[in-house]
Amino acid sequence: MLDAPVRVLRKLGAGVVDRIWRLGFAARFLVAVLMYSGTALRRFQLTVREIYFTGVLSLIIIVVSGLFVGMVLGLQGYDTLQRYGSSEALGVLVSLSLVRELGPVVSGLLFASRAGSAITAEIGLMKTTEQLSAMEMMAVNPIARVVAPRFWAGVISMPLLAALFSALGVFGGYLVGVVLIGVDNGSFWSQMQSAVDFRQDILNGVIKSVVFGAAVSWIAVFEGYDAVPTAEGVSGATTRTVVTSSLAILALDFVLTAFMFRGV
Amino acid sequence: MPAIVALLECPIFGVEAVRVPSQYLVELRNVVFAYDATRPVLKGIDMAIPRGRVVAIMGGSGCGKTTTMRLIGGQLKATSGEVIVAGESVSQLDDRALYMLRRRMGMLFQFGALFTDMSVFDNVAFQMREHTDLGPDLINDLVMMKLNAVGLRGAAQLMPSELSGGMARRVALARAIALDPLLMMYDEPFAGLDPISLGVIGQLIRRLNDALGATSIIVTHDVQESLQIVDYIYFVSEGRIVAEGSPEDIRASRDPWVHQFVWAESDGPVPFQFPSAPYRQDLLGAAHA
Repeated sequence: MLDAPVRVLRKLGAGVVDRIWRLGFAARFLVAVLMYSGTALRRFQLTVREIYFTGVLSLIIIVVSGLFVGMVLGLQGYDTLQRYGSSEALGVLVSLSLVRELGPVVSGLLFASRAGSAITAEIGLMKTTEQLSAMEMMAVNPIARVVAPRFWAGVISMPLLAALFSALGVFGGYLVGVVLIGVDNGSFWSQMQSAVDFRQDILNGVIKSVVFGAAVSWIAVFEGYDAVPTAEGVSGATTRTVVTSSLAILALDFVLTAFMFRGV
Repeated sequence: MPAIVALLECPIFGVEAVRVPSQYLVELRNVVFAYDATRPVLKGIDMAIPRGRVVAIMGGSGCGKTTTMRLIGGQLKATSGEVIVAGESVSQLDDRALYMLRRRMGMLFQFGALFTDMSVFDNVAFQMREHTDLGPDLINDLVMMKLNAVGLRGAAQLMPSELSGGMARRVALARAIALDPLLMMYDEPFAGLDPISLGVIGQLIRRLNDALGATSIIVTHDVQESLQIVDYIYFVSEGRIVAEGSPEDIRASRDPWVHQFVWAESDGPVPFQFPSAPYRQDLLGAAHA
């Protein structure tokens, strides 16, 4: 009679153990990546090449998204603020929303789906086609030569993309608020300038984006390296990268926000 | 002669005498390997591969041929027994020593495993750039020499996606011999090739081995092509060596296993059917068994 609940419990337990084991393996993998980062940093052109693939090729989606998110913020913000007669504070609303939250989070989510999935697919396919094994047999460590440059490229690219996203977002808000709706130009910029604090807002936003970049890159390279070397395996790993990265970004955002802005 | 070798290797007053290299480049001593405890792949393999020879390891799919080669290359570690390459026990080596040993090895993978984001030239130059301080001019000359050896100098600027299967295999061969290895390993070099490419690859393996003074191990189930180019053959079945000998010995063998394999017979000691329940039971259900 107790067979079914026991089976469910056993399955649940096995799932939890499996997840913990995998997390431990991922942590050891991260340590290995950091240990073998010498090549990626010494031969920096390897990392620069990956910055092009992860960062530069993500520009279009970041630029367009940033602009539109800013424009929507401008519309929505104006609609709310004008009810209280404070539409001049639109610049503050747009900039703080972007710099503190939307910039790092949305660009992190976009980065995970554009660059993270590409990194996983590339490393997974290299594993499937035995390119990583070939490299090992040529006495070249694939973690040092393939994984570490991609990891660092992600860590470096992400804050730059988030900054660009926020900048374009502010410009989008300006286009809608000032150019289209007619909010006072001077108020828009001056209130923004006086309300946005460099350390409290901008630096914290940059810290967030660096953490998100490291998390997404770690997940992406790990999933690729650990992928089952079949078409189905690579497809599953790519999906896991996007899902896990997105959840990690949202969870980390809450934790970081709780620590950064608790006194405000 | 063994007495002289023993004398030379004997430490005299605490000073080790001149070390004479073994005539065997690769030795496997009672090697057992299992991916998991319930499924042993190799069940006590003994092999001795002399320097300068081309040796084939043959057997049906899943018999442990590629596993044997991965053990020699240090990609897997033996569960028990010893794998010795160039006098060093592979499973005892740390990562650094293993990578040093691998610099003296070359491996041709079944489908080439070329780096798809690099041109043919860059693929062949990869090891030279990673492991040497050679200048671009010298690397250019060496890459062209290697590509010329496999007849693909004109394809230097092509990308792997622009190559046929046979061409990709030849480029991978040029890449594998980039640093003039002591030991060459070939994983199914003839699989999926047309007869012309197959003959070309076969001859290249033999000629390159002799020209470089290397030792080659070929893992294959292409009997006819292998018999033409190798010096010695090991047959592996179910994780054990079931037969061995020169190509002449193999052709003349009356061993039922060897005969079935060499002459591609469906009846013999190697069953056609994977182990299964009685046919009647599968068709009619357990009640009619």
